[in-house]
Amino acid sequence: MKPNNVILKTVTRVAVVIIFTFSIYLFLNGHHQPGGGFIGGLSTAAAIVLLYLSFGIEKVRENIRIDFKKLAAIGVLIAVGTGMAGAVFGKPFLFQIFGHVDLPIFGDTELASAMIFDTGVALAVIGTAVVIILGISEDR
Amino acid sequence: MIFDTMMVIALCILMLAILANLYRVVKGPSGADRVQALDTIGINLIASIGVFSVLLHTHAFFDLILLIGILSFIGTVAFARFIERGVVIERKR
Repeated sequence: MKPNNVILKTVTRVAVVIIFTFSIYLFLNGHHQPGGGFIGGLSTAAAIVLLYLSFGIEKVRENIRIDFKKLAAIGVLIAVGTGMAGAVFGKPFLFQIFGHVDLPIFGDTELASAMIFDTGVALAVIGTAVVIILGISEDR
Repeated sequence: MIFDTMMVIALCILMLAILANLYRVVKGPSGADRVQALDTIGINLIASIGVFSVLLHTHAFFDLILLIGILSFIGTVAFARFIERGVVIERKR
């Protein structure tokens, strides 16, 4: 008999949008307030796990075409790459710069290269968490 | 001063509620009772973090409130799937 979980699927459709928005907020907030790459990546992984829970593994796999092992590797590469960029320009390894940029909508914004490092951390955390949970779920 | 006392009293009442739920987690006859008690413990934890951040005059914990709500929801859904069907993430074979 086909299981009927329409309530779970409908709630998931609403809640996943809120969780993704919240995780992006946490990720961008990390410079001045609690948050950052690690917790942003973990809440994104929580949203992806919620999708896996309510829609099954095949349906998510054919809609989110991301290999999460490769995603973790790309995240580590980005994080190491920002460190190497510091080393290339004659500064110490993992040297970070920041500057003020005039963006079109936001106005005078302070952009730091620690943000790119944080992106790498977030991608590595998302990849690792989803790969671990999918690996555990294969129980036989 | 009296406001702080009221907040501490609210925290004590919330701790009593968590203890009552903990009794249901330990004693509960079926698995569903325990899962529901754990979900209610999560909600009480959210409430006590709210009271605590009022007591400490900070808004650094507000993200934590939303995060515990999300994690409690996902954990309850996963437990419900496990009780109902035996597998958490289903796949065709």
